[in-house]
This record gives sequence, structure tokens and C-alpha cells, in this order.
Amino acid sequence: MPENCIYIARSSAIAARALAGEMMVMNSADSTFFTLNEVATTIFQAADGHTPLREIVRDRVCEQFDVDPEQAQADAEQFVAELSSHGILLVSNQPLAAETF
Amino acid sequence: MAASRKVACVEIGGIPIALSTCDEGFLDLLRRRYDGFLSSSAPEFELEFYVTPRGSDSDDDVRVRRDHNEWILERGDFHARWDPGTRRGKVWQNANPYSLDSVLRILHSLILAERDGFLLHAASAICDRSAYLFSGVSGAGKTTMTRLAPVHVTLLTDEISYLRPSAGGYAAFGTPFAGELARAGENCTAPVAALFFLEKGPENRVDEMSQAEAVRRLMRNILFFAEDKPLVERLLATACDFVARVPIRRLTFYPDARVWEEVHNFASSFHEVAEHA
Repeated sequence: MPENCIYIARSSAIAARALAGEMMVMNSADSTFFTLNEVATTIFQAADGHTPLREIVRDRVCEQFDVDPEQAQADAEQFVAELSSHGILLVSNQPLAAETF
Repeated sequence: MAASRKVACVEIGGIPIALSTCDEGFLDLLRRRYDGFLSSSAPEFELEFYVTPRGSDSDDDVRVRRDHNEWILERGDFHARWDPGTRRGKVWQNANPYSLDSVLRILHSLILAERDGFLLHAASAICDRSAYLFSGVSGAGKTTMTRLAPVHVTLLTDEISYLRPSAGGYAAFGTPFAGELARAGENCTAPVAALFFLEKGPENRVDEMSQAEAVRRLMRNILFFAEDKPLVERLLATACDFVARVPIRRLTFYPDARVWEEVHNFASSFHEVAEHA
């Protein structure tokens, strides 16, 4: 799939809660638990299923944090790949339905 | 003609559950296993046990899932169906006490999740009318802490702590679920004064930890098996509430009796701060 057409959505099987600037995420299917830092939380919260990842990185991450755009994009793709491997995020080259928090 | 069922009511954490069986030998096992937690209270829940020649593989992964109105609890050595609406369930297992413990722990974890409580992989003990929890992975020192406890300390458990919300915070209850110590806890309760996450080290010290770190560690040590989003959401909210209400620290300790002085010093200083607040 083309890199600039990755869409991400939060899984419907997770519970999430923000605390002290971090996001706590638990997968109800296997009870795996993750804490996300501020940048990861920004991507996670923006994972609405219809905003491309590249746009999330450009408009949210690079706007809010002092990061190099290319490095931010690479880090975001790595983060998305990891969370999708645990069923926390859904990834597609088509827009997706998303959970709202 | 159906054989008559004999009942033992076992009350853990203030929640009486009637355990019934037609098997005299199994009833005897129940009564011996939960001696100290047998109760004459009116049971809130009922579990019927059927002793079967099921496999004894307790190393299998446990699976807890919804099937319409019922919970299905499964592992190699037991199969159980539990209806929270009727508050009744049935268990098919062999006459293994470890299978029995596992079924009861899972059932209590489900009941507690609905009541904003939880089971924690932690030792707990009462000192000066307050409960202290010591949590960590296997080998972190839970049983060691209970072995090192002074004589005036009351052991609640060396393995699985039972926690429920109470006025002003949380209360810890004794459980019959024993770890390496192979000794049931005392059937009593006290308000939780602190939770320590254990790490062994060259000296005794108590360190602060961030709320996020505390929630992360707490969630990793809560016993919860159900594949159910609403309950998981509720459990996560409970964990955040617990962290907001209970002092949580990292306790690095050298395994000798002086570690309890550190616990006592922390308790004293914390009470002083609370009284001045």
C-alpha cells in the first residue's frame, strides 16, 4: 500500500484512559496493556479511520511537538505497526470505521 | 433418584458463595481447603460442582468469555458456566484443590469487577490496624516479605490480595489463596494504607513513582481473565481510582527483617503528613 494512504482506527476491543499526560490502553481480548507517551497519544487519539497517517503526523504531531517531519513519519509508522500487531490499532489503505473516546 | 447436594458456604472478601456437591469426598476437600472462610451467612451466589475425570492440566491458558447471558470459564482441568443474572453457576472439574482455587479466583474477579474491586497478585498484611500490599512478579519477594513480618503483623495472603472500595479508600481482605508459604491468610480486613511494588536490592529504600507508572504496574498485576470490553473499561477506571486514593511506592529491599522498619517508618511519616494536611 502507498505510504501516504495508510488509514488507522482504534480497535473496538480496547479500553483506554488518559492519565497525567499518558494514555493507558488495554486490549480486552488478551488483557495486554500499553502506556502511550504524548506523541503516541496524539496519533492514537487522531486515529479516526478516515484521516491518513501522513496527515496526522503533519497536522498534529509536527504542529504540537518539536520534531523532524521525516523522523516523525518514520516513528509513527513504526508505532502504528507495533500497536496493530497487538490488535490495538486497525490499519488499512481504505478509510475505516473507528471507535470514539 | 437424584443424590442430595451438600453445601459449604465460603465467604471471601465479604462475599458468601454456596458451593454444593453430591460428592462427600469433594465436600470434605472444600471444607478443609477453606477452613477459616466457611460462613453461616446467607449466600449471595451459588456454584454447583460436578466431580468429573477431566484432565488435570492446570498449565493450560485459562479462557473466560461471554456466551449470551453466561460466562464460560475454561481450562484443561475445569469447565464452568456462570450466570450473573441468576447468580448461579455450574462447574465440572476433577477433585483437584488447585482447580477449585482457580475457579473461585476467576469468579471473584468477575464479581469484584462489577463492584469496582479487584484481585491483585500481591502479598498483604495488617500492621497497626492498616493493611499493606506488596506486589510484584514471581520472585520479587512477596512471600519473603510475609516470612520476614514481625509477630504482631497479621497475614492476609502471600499471593492474591482481595481489594474492595470502602469509605475513604480501599479495604484489603484475607484470602485462602496461598503461594509458596502454603498457608491461608487470616479471614479479616483493614483499610489499605499503601501498596509497595517490590524490587530486591542491596539496601532498603522507598521511592515515589508517577501515577502513570503506578497504573501500568497495577494493571500488570491485577488478576483478570475476561474477554469483555465493558468490564475491562471498568477495571481500568478502578485501577486509576485506586492509584488516586492509595499511596503507591517502589520498595527496594534487602531481604532481612529491617525492611519492615522501612514499612513502619513510611507508615508513620505518611500518617503524620495526612494528619497535618
